[in-house]
Amino acid sequence: MKLVDHFQYGLNSPICLTWELTYACNLACVHCLSSSGRRDPRELSTAECKAVVDELQRMQVFYVNIGGGEPTVRSDFWEILDYAISHDVGVKFSTNGIKLDKKRAAQLAATDYVDIQISLDGATAEVNDHVRGPGSYRTALRALENLAEAGFQQPKISVVMTRENVDQLDEFKAIADKFGAQLRITRLRPSGRGADVWDDLHPAPAQQRRLYDWLVARGEDVLTGDSFFHLSAYGEALPGLNLCGAGRVVCLIDPVGDVYACPFAIHENFLAGNVRSPGGFREVWQSSELFAELRRPQTGGACGGCQHFDACQGGCMAAKFFTGLPLDGPDPECVRGFGEQALVARDASTEIPRSDVDHSRSAPRNSRGPVPVTIGVGSPDGPSARPDRACDTSPLAGFTAPA
Amino acid sequence: MSTKPPPGSAPEVGPADGFDPGSAYRRSPSVALRPEPFGALVYHFGTRKLSFLKTPQLVDVVRNLERYPDVHSAIAAAGVEEAQRAAYLKAVAGLAASGTIEPRP
Ligand code: SF4
Ligand code: SF4
Repeated sequence: MKLVDHFQYGLNSPICLTWELTYACNLACVHCLSSSGRRDPRELSTAECKAVVDELQRMQVFYVNIGGGEPTVRSDFWEILDYAISHDVGVKFSTNGIKLDKKRAAQLAATDYVDIQISLDGATAEVNDHVRGPGSYRTALRALENLAEAGFQQPKISVVMTRENVDQLDEFKAIADKFGAQLRITRLRPSGRGADVWDDLHPAPAQQRRLYDWLVARGEDVLTGDSFFHLSAYGEALPGLNLCGAGRVVCLIDPVGDVYACPFAIHENFLAGNVRSPGGFREVWQSSELFAELRRPQTGGACGGCQHFDACQGGCMAAKFFTGLPLDGPDPECVRGFGEQALVARDASTEIPRSDVDHSRSAPRNSRGPVPVTIGVGSPDGPSARPDRACDTSPLAGFTAPA
Repeated sequence: MSTKPPPGSAPEVGPADGFDPGSAYRRSPSVALRPEPFGALVYHFGTRKLSFLKTPQLVDVVRNLERYPDVHSAIAAAGVEEAQRAAYLKAVAGLAASGTIEPRP
């Protein structure tokens, strides 16, 4: 059996674990994958976060991708970071840069096992701030400057590819080079607030093609978190696992401890359990029914007969789900155009699922869960919380795919 | 697991690169192995790279290197078939090149 086939049936522990520490965020990006904004009163306490780290150490999860919200607005963020690092759990955290002043940058430069990912969704302030909000470009660049000045080695610049910035790829690369950073580009998915803007912001078909060509030509030291495997159907497979890792090698722990199959799938259908339940995270990862289901062999469905299925696998589960397409059919951005046809064929009877987890500052305060605080396994109907920032988490970021 | 050989995901190297299967090696102290159904996941705390040992036998070889005077005997002790020896040697050479294993002082 090929290694990738083993991955389909699940691993003892995740390879790519995203942990969103808070729903609070100083920004309000229009495409936030977790509809973040306000803190959730049920968020894990410092002690609970440390207990999660202990569990990850026992499970030999060697690093986690920490995000939010904006994780650094938690006052105990640095404490949790240090705790993780000293317990053999390396940290890569995603930030908009708000707290990365010179002093903090110097401190981070002196710390091992920390990676930093600064979100930037436009190579110019105009394009970036349109999506991420006024002043956010300057904040990100200042953080990059501070890190470079402090000698922090190779931070990542993380870009969600949109219709407005695909044509800036070379400029993004130049910015990364200027700051000694590594470029990371990921796919815009219709998750969280991303659902509201996806139609207008996701790259047009011709742009997808340019993106693919750019990756093949210039992508050698560009990270993608394996996000574009659906584009492999254009020709040669892009480096990476080429597999939807949801619940198999990927998962999300959200700020209230809910465990979802993927950071882009904050919806009760993909809620596997909660780390506060008796068996903790290990029990959820190893024994939840949902994950068992996701690890069963999947059929190709409508994609089964496609000559590209091996490389493309029908694309991203979350992208299909939140656009109301069948999970076993083509991706909405299928390079053969079947996704677009399916989108057009949707009608009034098509149910387009929405997450019930919304911490947007613009949302009515009770729109999601601050219902009575039930601590325990997230039940399908129970309060669940929606994750956070759109995108920084790339399922298989930074790891060398095996042959 | 298929009988197909090569595990490890490190680049190929030969004796010219300093790997000597006739001498003593050990798992690098910076490396952790996480058992998985296919074999093991390897994490190197120094380089922060993940890689994979793609057969249980290769995992045995790496775990037990320390107990044998040379790589050849560690491979033999893991019950690797004669026909697979060369492939395993190559894989172990790759592990040496990536720093997963190192010469025993
Ligand atoms: S393909 Fe989509 S659903 Fe699957 S792991 Fe990646 S982002 Fe998540
Ligand atoms: S039909 Fe399915 S497998 Fe083929 S390219 Fe489209 S999404 Fe991929």
